[in-house]
Amino acid sequence: MEELKKKILDFMTKKGKFKSKMYFKDLCKADPDAKSREIKKAATELVKEEKIEYWSSGSTTLYGLKGAGKSEAEQFGGEE
Amino acid sequence: MADLKKHDTPMIDELKKGPWPSFADDINTRAESGVQCCYDLLGQMELSYVHKETHWKHGGIVGVFGYGGGVIGRYSDAPHEFPSIAHFHTLRINQPASKFYNTKFLRKLCDMWDHRGSGIFNFHGSTGDMVMIGTTTDQLEPIFFDLTHQFDMDLGGSGSNLRTPSCCVGKARCEYSCLDTQAITYDLTMTYQDELHRPAFPYKFKFKTSGCPNDCVAAIARACTSIIGTWRDNIRIDQKAVQAYIGGEIKPNAGAFSDRDWGPFDIQKEVIDLCPSKCMYMDGNELKIDDRECVRCMHCINVMPSALRPGVDTGATILNGAKAPILEGAQMSTLIIPFMKMEYPYQEFKDYVELMWDWWMEEGKNRERLGELIQRQGLRHYIVDILGRKPIPQHVKEPRSNPYHFWKEEEVPGGWKRDLAEFRKKHLA
Repeated sequence: MEELKKKILDFMTKKGKFKSKMYFKDLCKADPDAKSREIKKAATELVKEEKIEYWSSGSTTLYGLKGAGKSEAEQFGGEE
Repeated sequence: MADLKKHDTPMIDELKKGPWPSFADDINTRAESGVQCCYDLLGQMELSYVHKETHWKHGGIVGVFGYGGGVIGRYSDAPHEFPSIAHFHTLRINQPASKFYNTKFLRKLCDMWDHRGSGIFNFHGSTGDMVMIGTTTDQLEPIFFDLTHQFDMDLGGSGSNLRTPSCCVGKARCEYSCLDTQAITYDLTMTYQDELHRPAFPYKFKFKTSGCPNDCVAAIARACTSIIGTWRDNIRIDQKAVQAYIGGEIKPNAGAFSDRDWGPFDIQKEVIDLCPSKCMYMDGNELKIDDRECVRCMHCINVMPSALRPGVDTGATILNGAKAPILEGAQMSTLIIPFMKMEYPYQEFKDYVELMWDWWMEEGKNRERLGELIQRQGLRHYIVDILGRKPIPQHVKEPRSNPYHFWKEEEVPGGWKRDLAEFRKKHLA
C-alpha cells in the first residue's frame, strides 16, 4: 500500500505541472499493474492523510494534490 | 424582526401570480421570517432573469472529511451584491428506502436546517435524495455530525460514484410488488458504502428498484442498473371477480376513472384488445391467458386488480444502461437478465454487479455512463464476453424487425461459407 501511495503521489506531482485536477482513471496510470480497487484504497488513504483532495462538480469527481491549482477563494471568489 | 428587502424583484414577483403554488412565494415567506439569504437568493435569481444567464458557479473542494460526494459546491459570481449566498452549497442526504418519515423526524430535521442552513429543502431531488439547499462551507462538518449522530442518516451520492440507491414503495404498501424493494435498497446501500462515498468510477452510477413492471421509480428510464420485480409463473385469475367487473359490480382501475360516466366496462375493448402480445381471450365466461406469451406489461392487472394478480414465483428482471444525457438524448435500459431470484443476501446479483463494474471501470472513458459504453462496444460483447451469458431472444431490441445481437461465425452451423447459387435455388430473390 505504501509503495502504491508513493507511486500515486509521484505521478500526481509530475502530472500536476500541467493539470491540477485528475480523473480517477488518470490515477490508475500511476501503476498500470495495480487493480483499480487497490488504487482507490490507496487514494482514499491519501485523502485521509490530507495529501490529496477531492474536487467535485456534483456530477463528476476529480482528484488533486492538496492545495494545487487555484484555491477555493481564487476560483469562486467566496470568502474562505 | 424581519430583515429588510434589499432587492427589487419584479420578474420574480410575476411568478407569485396565478393559481399555482410558487417556489417564489415559499422563499419570500421564509425571507420575511428573517432569513436574509432568501432575499439574496431571489435578488440573484432576478439578476439572472435580467441577464439571461446563471450567476451560480458550480463545483469545488467542498465535502466532509473522507467523503468525495454528498456535497455540491455552489458559489455566487456576484458575492458582493449578494453576500449571504456567497457560498450556497447543496447537500444530498441518503433518503430512507421508499421515503418513509414521521412528522417528529421531519420537524427535528427542519429545526437543524433552520439553524445550520437556509431552511430550504427539496423533497426529493431527481435521484431521490432529500436535498438541503444552501449552506456555508463552515457548516458542512457540523451538519454531517448532526445527521450521523442525531438522525442516523448519511450523505447521499454525488460525483463519480454510486448514487443513492432508490426504490418504489414496494411491499410496504403496494399489492403488486413482487420484491421487497426496501430490503434490496438497504442491502445495496450498506454493501456498497465505499462506492457511495469514495469516488472511483468514470462517472455516476445508479441503481433503482421497482417492485413490479409498473416501474413507479422509472428505473428503466434513469438507472444504470434497473431491478424490476416480475414473476415467472402464471397470472393468478379469480374468475368470479372477472364476472363482477363485467357485470359492473367492481369498478375497473380500482375506481380511478369513476368521476365520469365512461359507459359500462367492456373487457374486450378495455383489456383483451389492448394486450400487446394478444395472449388473452374469453372462453365462454372464462378469461384465459396464454402466459407463455405474456410480456408482463401489467395493463390487465392494473385494470382488474381484484381479478388478476401477479404470479407467486417472483424475482426481478435486470436491465442496464439508461441515461438522459444532454448531447445524445435519452436512452432506455436494455434487458440483460429476464429473471433472477432476488433473495437475501442477493449474491447472484452482486456477482453480476461486480463483473459489470470491473468492465466499466477498466473500459469506460471519463464521463461515460455504462449505457454509453455498452452502446460503444456493443451489446453482444457485453453479454457474451463480459458477463459470460448466452444471448437469448429477449435481447433482440425490436422483435422481428431489428435484431442487434450479431452472431459470431463459429456460433452459426456451417459458418458464413455457403454457395450462393445453391441458396438462391431455394430462396428466390
